Amino acid sequence: MDIKELYQEIILDHGKNPRNKNICKDFNKDAKGHNPLCGDKVHIYLKLDNEKKLANISFEGEGCAISMASASIMTEIIKGKEFNVAKKIQEDFLNMIKKGSKLSMNSLSDTENTTMMSLSGVKRFPMRVKCATLAWHTFLEAVKGSKKIVNTEN
Amino acid sequence: MDTKDIKSKFPIFRNKVNGKQLVYLDSANSSQKPKTVIDRISKFYSKEFSNVGRSVHSLAVTATNRFEETRDLMQKYVNAKSREEIVFTKNATEAINLVASTYGEKFIESGDEILITELEHHANYVPWHFIREKKGAIIKFAKCNERGEVDIDEIKKLVTNKTKIIAVTHISNVTGAIMPIKKIVDLASQKKIPVLVDGCQGAPHVKVDMQELGCDFYAISCHKMYGPTGVGILYAKKKWLDILPPYQGGGGMIDQVNKDNISFPGSPTKYEAGTLQTAEVVGFSESIKFIEDVGIKNIMKHEKEILEYGLEKIKKNNSVKIIGEPKNRGSIISFTIKGIHPHDIATILDEDGVAIRAGHHCCQILHDKMGLAASARASLGIYNSKEDIDILSNAIKKCNKIFNN
Repeated sequence: MDIKELYQEIILDHGKNPRNKNICKDFNKDAKGHNPLCGDKVHIYLKLDNEKKLANISFEGEGCAISMASASIMTEIIKGKEFNVAKKIQEDFLNMIKKGSKLSMNSLSDTENTTMMSLSGVKRFPMRVKCATLAWHTFLEAVKGSKKIVNTEN
Repeated sequence: MDTKDIKSKFPIFRNKVNGKQLVYLDSANSSQKPKTVIDRISKFYSKEFSNVGRSVHSLAVTATNRFEETRDLMQKYVNAKSREEIVFTKNATEAINLVASTYGEKFIESGDEILITELEHHANYVPWHFIREKKGAIIKFAKCNERGEVDIDEIKKLVTNKTKIIAVTHISNVTGAIMPIKKIVDLASQKKIPVLVDGCQGAPHVKVDMQELGCDFYAISCHKMYGPTGVGILYAKKKWLDILPPYQGGGGMIDQVNKDNISFPGSPTKYEAGTLQTAEVVGFSESIKFIEDVGIKNIMKHEKEILEYGLEKIKKNNSVKIIGEPKNRGSIISFTIKGIHPHDIATILDEDGVAIRAGHHCCQILHDKMGLAASARASLGIYNSKEDIDILSNAIKKCNKIFNN
């Protein structure tokens, strides 16, 4: 396969110009992810409001284009959504990356679908799956209020 | 040197990687194996296998002889004074752990100092950290300069009356800096401080002569010397092996065992508990023969030529920054590309069949100092050619193209 299937324009764009890369001021939950072997680090900050909606979400971190783009794409897509919906999107995303499944959510816009699918090429690079999934697992830990540092290398 | 001929001796190069010819530039991590080594292991298992040193049947005698022949070859390779100074371990990491543990147990007390450098691989830091924790010792780090080397004066500055051991790498696995081992040993011997050398990047690439270097301990990784995995070697001066306690207990390393007391034999038996990687040790004899057939001087000359060609070629790409500029450099080129993470570089290069390493190369102290989370590293072996460098250089340009910089 062509390497450009992995490094699609959308990914390169998110890698270079990450969205929501800051510490959002109103966060009430956060969690860290760290893959010590490759060095990717991500810190997710989010505000879960009384209606269980993700009123805000942002991230900080450093790492490869795949890990940073994935974190950026995740925050862009789940920001403002109900937590239950965001959780379904997370499951959908992991199934796409790990099993190659098609996205099953029909509530996402075409743009959101295209953006998420830009990461589907990762599946063919098993060594890079851990990079793409780090932020998404860390997001769930943040909601749980866990202090555990997420690691997707094992 | 005819690298086509050399490559033909390594079966791995007959395979394609991602449909491309393999350009293997990860020998500092582990080297490929010549057919003679692979065949030797197969022959040993097919015709000569038995456990060594224990039984009296014919196979045991043959196996023991073959196993011990590797020790003799290694003694000659590093010019040790006696075969008893060569101890087989599972890897170089275990060789360093053996010294840290036994020497640390016997000679290091609270407040004593262990002197290492900022260039060290985790294998030459973590074992000393254990001793620091256990004994309340202090680890001092000799600073690495902007050229990526450690100056002898930096080491001199840190030597005190409390210094109990100096443990340094022979060649940095990141910057490629060749350490002034002889000068360090001269300095240390004035104060009767033993010197341990992590020789992982030394033994496969440069002449290593224990009488010339004069160090007390030298750790070798056999799988980086075109040999099998699972085998390391500790060279240690006999005077140390005679007085240091055993490392691990078990079969094969005892003299007399009774309910109240156990006595131990001399070196190397005392340090070789349990059944070792027998076939791999025997296979390793062919690695030594292979290196000696090519000739270490020829290897040094060839790798220097490819290294210089590589440095010059890669430097031409303005977005590439080569890490370190040591005056004496081993066969290692670590680099970063502006705006591209090393893991992305490694994935893109891999698509063209180019195998490099990306990460901190087990040197987090050094990467922290350089302000880098990771770097990309191309490391050479006997089989690399200028053509490999050309392919690497083109693949790097492809990274630039994909990331539009």
